[in-house]
Amino acid sequence: MTSAPAQPEPQPEAAPDAGQETAAARLERWQRAGGVVAPVVTALLAFLVGGLVVLATGSNPLEVYKGIWSGTGLEWVYQFGSHDVTIPFTDTKVWFPWDTGSRAAENLQQTLLLTATMIFLGLAVAFAFRCGLFNIGIQGQYLMGAYMAIWIGSSFAGLNSFVHIAFAVVAAALIGAAWAGIAGILKATVGAHEVISTIMLNWTAYYFGLYLFAQGGPLQNKEQVFSPTSNTVVEGARLPVFWGDPLLQGLHVGFFLALAALVAFWVVINRTTLGYEVRAVGFNPDAARYGGISVARNYFLAMAIAGVFAGLAGGVDMLGQRFSIGFSDIQSSTWIFVGIAVALLGRNTALGVGLAALVFGGLVNGTATRNIPPEVFDIPEQAGNLSLTIQALVLLFIGADILILYLWSKTGQRIGVGRRSPL
Amino acid sequence: MSDAELVLELRGITKQFPGVLANDRVDFDLREGEVHALLGENGAGKSTLMSVLYGLYHPDAGDIMVHGDRVRMDTPKEAIVRGIGMVHQHFMLIPVMTVAENIVLADEPTKAGVVLDFAAARRDVEEIAARFNFAIDPDSRIENISVGQQQRVEILKALYRKADILILDEPTAVLTPQEAEELFAILKGLVAEGMSIIFISHKLNEVLEIADRITVLRRGKKVETLPAAGATEEGLARLMVGREVLLRVEKAPAKPGEPFLEVDDLHVLDDRELPAVRGVSFEVRSGEIVGIAGVDGNGQTELVEALTGLRAAAGGRFSVDGKNLTGATTHRILDAGVGHIPEDRQRRGLVLEFTLAENMGLHDFDKRPNSRFGWLRPGRLVQRAQQLIDEFDVRGGGPGTLAKSLSGGNQQKVVVAREVGADPRVLIAAQPTRGLDVGAIEFVHRRLLEERDQGRAVLLVSLELDEVMSLSDRILVMYEGEIVGEFGPDASEDELGVAMLGGAQEEEAAA
Repeated sequence: MTSAPAQPEPQPEAAPDAGQETAAARLERWQRAGGVVAPVVTALLAFLVGGLVVLATGSNPLEVYKGIWSGTGLEWVYQFGSHDVTIPFTDTKVWFPWDTGSRAAENLQQTLLLTATMIFLGLAVAFAFRCGLFNIGIQGQYLMGAYMAIWIGSSFAGLNSFVHIAFAVVAAALIGAAWAGIAGILKATVGAHEVISTIMLNWTAYYFGLYLFAQGGPLQNKEQVFSPTSNTVVEGARLPVFWGDPLLQGLHVGFFLALAALVAFWVVINRTTLGYEVRAVGFNPDAARYGGISVARNYFLAMAIAGVFAGLAGGVDMLGQRFSIGFSDIQSSTWIFVGIAVALLGRNTALGVGLAALVFGGLVNGTATRNIPPEVFDIPEQAGNLSLTIQALVLLFIGADILILYLWSKTGQRIGVGRRSPL
Repeated sequence: MSDAELVLELRGITKQFPGVLANDRVDFDLREGEVHALLGENGAGKSTLMSVLYGLYHPDAGDIMVHGDRVRMDTPKEAIVRGIGMVHQHFMLIPVMTVAENIVLADEPTKAGVVLDFAAARRDVEEIAARFNFAIDPDSRIENISVGQQQRVEILKALYRKADILILDEPTAVLTPQEAEELFAILKGLVAEGMSIIFISHKLNEVLEIADRITVLRRGKKVETLPAAGATEEGLARLMVGREVLLRVEKAPAKPGEPFLEVDDLHVLDDRELPAVRGVSFEVRSGEIVGIAGVDGNGQTELVEALTGLRAAAGGRFSVDGKNLTGATTHRILDAGVGHIPEDRQRRGLVLEFTLAENMGLHDFDKRPNSRFGWLRPGRLVQRAQQLIDEFDVRGGGPGTLAKSLSGGNQQKVVVAREVGADPRVLIAAQPTRGLDVGAIEFVHRRLLEERDQGRAVLLVSLELDEVMSLSDRILVMYEGEIVGEFGPDASEDELGVAMLGGAQEEEAAA
């Protein structure tokens, strides 16, 4: 990128009614701050109520949350020391302030693996939202991406590793785009509501998978003919692990792909004419049409791009950590709710989705049975239930964002900036 | 008259919003049985004052006296208890419920204390309607009745709650001229029954017609309270704006040139697939303003939508600067040199959640220098927006301000700036001054004339007959989808009025 042209700085204060202008500026800052505060309060509230539930079941919420925090591995970040680190994919060792092999480090790797998937899914929901569409079809798009990655990843053995991975990843993204694009085309041409069509496409993808990997199905595992599962992704098509043990689900380069997706999302939305059109259509389709923007075209493109993100989620999951997919995986995939929760908590922005994905990734990993000390819960499975409870509460409270923002504006009014003056 | 009892008195009301003193020691009083108009430009503090009175805002200073008692209004409920009813600009009715149900809502008559007594509700509503001479069917659903009737339901709601002080916030903004006349008749009837009415408006003629006294607010301060008898539009406008305002536009005769917009036998269907525009032909030349007059709903909206590609033409053709654009997309039509000030700026003209800079690029964000190869250049958008903001005197924000935080008049300036700033050959202005105050109307009118004098072809579509008459060089009257008459700039209001009601057609048939 070349250096941007010198941007004219905010205009001088000499405007005839500068008083009103600063009021507007302050108001906007306040509203933007509200955009940060509301999700934070939402999340805190969910954890608080979750804590009350824990209390009601007779456990100590502080202990539980300590256990979860430790389970997320995020404590790794502030556990400094003097350690060595091997630069990934080399043998060189250098000094490093963190211990990359600690228990916390292993936990953090698992958290970040989940975070990566949730970033993709959150973006898939968020991108469609920015165009005013509710992409409830990320599950189907995820599955189609996963099938494609499994098929390419388990075929073409002997292909150059980089080419093989790139091929599988791109194909997964494209099939996701195509799958979501069907809903986009239906919306653009005949006005079929995307919620209905994507739900139907979810089921189509679901049963398509059951057909593919059933006994005697076209992609069923040739070695284990009695189990309804897919072939395994060959070594060369697996995403390289840069942190942790490749055999024990270390953190693979798909994580960077997720971070790149966040950046790409931001750039497309804020810095391209496509993003401008998508946002205009999302905010006000009538005004967009009046401005000469094709609303139908944007509905299709927004869905297709959303599908790219969801397809990548499926592809990266398969190529990075799962390597095969079976009936039970397909039947138990409940990604839609997580993706929607991440997008909503992250308020459909790139940064927000990244942070929300970290929160949910940490929560799911931190409440995994192996991470909760046995003395906290009599029945370890309760931890997983707590995780679901908190997730559900977050979703519930996001609906209450309006309430939080209302209270927030009330406070604002008291200190003199919140409510918009009716002038 | 002056010894009539004061039913309401506001003393020294002060309300501060961040950076704005919305009300600055405003005094206001209301006598029994009068209509007291509150007049001021958008943003003068009228709504704030009434919100204070109705318990929506708490004043920073000042007293409210109702029937001589000093009261504190913390919530609208207290205002209602004190006999104050408010009819908001945007109605608060439930569309799927009947008139009677809406009126008794929140104060329902019950049987045995629990069951809603529909019969009693109907009876009560019919009784009140009869007493105040309202023609309304209590069993109609709100969604099936006209806007004017909905407003009557709002008034009945207040009367049902035994209001004796009625606040009407810009009541005519949503009404047709005929409906406004009906409203005035109703208000006169209410006053005769002893009601006291506060009438908020920025329209001079109607204030003079309905009010007994007029209080003018400007920038949060009370300028003057004067009797309506003897006041003039010019005098009130000066008080409102603080300077002389040209209510009549001065203009030089047009120098028409090439025909830029040619419309030939155009047919357009409405949303129900019924013919809305039926074989319209006309042309607009460079350097002239052609006005289209007509009562709302006679095909003007569909005509404009067809000319801007927002609605497909069912037959006929139109061309801009010689280029046939029938069936072209909005994008192509705009590129061919058409500017369009839409009749509804909030629904269509602006993306309210966008910044001013983004809004000003709504047509050309995808053209150089605003973008290159699909990459947006926000810096360029900001730069251009700043120029337009300065040139068109948009107040209340800079390029980075969200459009929704501007006042209506300034929002319209943003739309006008964008459409005129794109240097179009043909400028289509639909209701360009709807909802604007005197100062902003003057600005838009002056600007349209300037654009005419610069050689643009201007098509002005407006429901305000005054506007069409004062700006247009030629006037076309639309009635039931057809152009039923063409008049010169000096046509009389009566002539046009007859044509607008289809009279011209009948005369032709008779002749």
